[in-house]
Amino acid sequence: MEQLIQQVASGLANGAIYACLALALVMIFVSTDHINFAQGELAMFSAYLVWQALDWGVSFWLALPVVAFISFLIGVGIERVILRPLHHAPVLSVVVVFIGLLAIFHSLAGAIWGHTIKAIPSPFPHVTFVGSGYIGPHQIGMIVVTIALLLALFAFFRFTPLGLAMRAAAQNPASARLAGIRVDWMLALGWGLAAAIGAVAGALVAPAVYLEPNMMASILLYGFAGALVGGISSPGGAVAGGFIVGVLENVIAYLGNLFEKTTGVYVIGNGEKLTVALIIVITVLTLKPSGLFGQVSVKRV
Amino acid sequence: MATTTANGIAAGERSASLGRGYWLAGILVVLALLPLIGGKTGMISNYGFLQLSLMIVYAIAVLGLILLTGFNGQISLGHGAFFAVGAYVAAVLIDQANWPYWATLPVAAIFCFLVGYLFGLPALRLEGHYLALATFALAVAVPQILKYRHFEWFTNGVQGINIFKPDPPFGVPLSADQWMYLVVLAVAVLMFWIARNLLDSRTGRALRAIRDHTMAASTMGINVAHYKTVVFGISALYTGVAGALHAIIFEFVAPDSFRFELSIAILVGAVVGGIASLPGAVIGGVFVQVIEKYADALTKKLTAAVNLPLDLEPWTIYGIALIVLMYTMPMGIAGGLALLWRRLRGS
Repeated sequence: MEQLIQQVASGLANGAIYACLALALVMIFVSTDHINFAQGELAMFSAYLVWQALDWGVSFWLALPVVAFISFLIGVGIERVILRPLHHAPVLSVVVVFIGLLAIFHSLAGAIWGHTIKAIPSPFPHVTFVGSGYIGPHQIGMIVVTIALLLALFAFFRFTPLGLAMRAAAQNPASARLAGIRVDWMLALGWGLAAAIGAVAGALVAPAVYLEPNMMASILLYGFAGALVGGISSPGGAVAGGFIVGVLENVIAYLGNLFEKTTGVYVIGNGEKLTVALIIVITVLTLKPSGLFGQVSVKRV
Repeated sequence: MATTTANGIAAGERSASLGRGYWLAGILVVLALLPLIGGKTGMISNYGFLQLSLMIVYAIAVLGLILLTGFNGQISLGHGAFFAVGAYVAAVLIDQANWPYWATLPVAAIFCFLVGYLFGLPALRLEGHYLALATFALAVAVPQILKYRHFEWFTNGVQGINIFKPDPPFGVPLSADQWMYLVVLAVAVLMFWIARNLLDSRTGRALRAIRDHTMAASTMGINVAHYKTVVFGISALYTGVAGALHAIIFEFVAPDSFRFELSIAILVGAVVGGIASLPGAVIGGVFVQVIEKYADALTKKLTAAVNLPLDLEPWTIYGIALIVLMYTMPMGIAGGLALLWRRLRGS
């Protein structure tokens, strides 16, 4: 039982990261209908930027906002320069461009920082507290920072004129344009915000998984799974979905372990985490493509 | 030539296609005689023949993806998975059951068709980005699935399987590499020929109709679900046979040779060659192997030439090339050449 609680708690911590990535994916999806396959590599690149800043002696809490801002600029730049001309291009072209971006960021990180594993120290203090047997300080920190970030985003979209304009541009570009909103810039801002959220996710997860160019492959896959479970058209749903798949990932591995202990038959364990994500993705896509909280998309005939 | 009649155009086209037929036959004869011309005189080493074989193998794999994506409009980022399945079927049959290599090809083909067909069933409900996402997940998960503990008794886990390249039969005076080159070439010719006939048939027209306008196609009485799943199977079959051939000529399979990068390479081959063109598949196959072989050296030279302070990796160039290509030649090199040819002829 104790082990199960421990697994659920660390699942929630991983889920926080998946929630961030899922949210970043959804932000781009709702406004442009694109699934950003390069989101994970962008986050990985940002995590390397944080490492570089730490290496130069900057403190983590100063480096994080600066890197998030740089990532924001990178995101805006990508949208303006690379994706804008493709707004009406066929899906295949867009997917191929994302794959190209993935390749570029992946190899750039390898070229600049090398392929050896680097460690980022956890920015959270080592303290013992009630229940610290179940969950470490870094994991709690991940959850707290994620939730703070989500609340800030919620407030931004709910209470600021810019947030309202961005929502309008995503929901109904034609009317938004008539109301005087610069829709193209709103899309670019959305991209920038997504990149910044991804940067936070990358910087938070790096102390837990070590830094290397391949670190984001499985995390991105779980981010996708989270976005789909929650509903890829619903930001709140994506966050919930991220936490759900995070817990699910650990509980499934735990149950597999338990099953092996009692019956001696190995079915599933830590080695099958990507396969679990694949099964989640395909199950959701085929059985309930709108996810738990998403809108059912209706096609006009 | 305002007075050109419909007949005249048709005749011109016929003679053009006849001319192309002669060209194609000529090129194929030269390719088939290469072991005699190049091999005996020592112009092409065994290693050279291995490279040529790999190019042809990738061309078949790319052709599989082109049938699915180019002619039916279903995007797949996970064709490395089918490549892996084909390779493992061949390797396991040779390693565990001592099958001759040629007998593994039809088995790999049928097995991959079934796997592709089954994957195509849920994929039926997915369109565009969603299908790309599902196949992306498949591509990322493949190495892990191959390492699954209960498969280890025949897949040999992380270590992979070593097999040996077959010698030519009946004492044919060729080296093993030269012989396998001929085998691969023959298989490729057969599969391209089948693909061309398939695309020229009623089925091919149905596939293209579904790509261009699914709803209109289904109102015309085309069974969309049937064609979409079958073409998924056929596409997996092509890529799977390529995988089997790759295992045989490469003499080795292991889970980590089928990482996500392989799926990307196949996609890039298809896009660079020309996504809806059979000659494009050949260009794509050559491109994939050339990049795999020479990108490192090329990147180093390029980096040195412009005095960049850091060692760029091939993937950077790869990615930039992809994005630039999407702007300049969305139909790939084959499409670009065709356009250029039409412009030059001034029509």
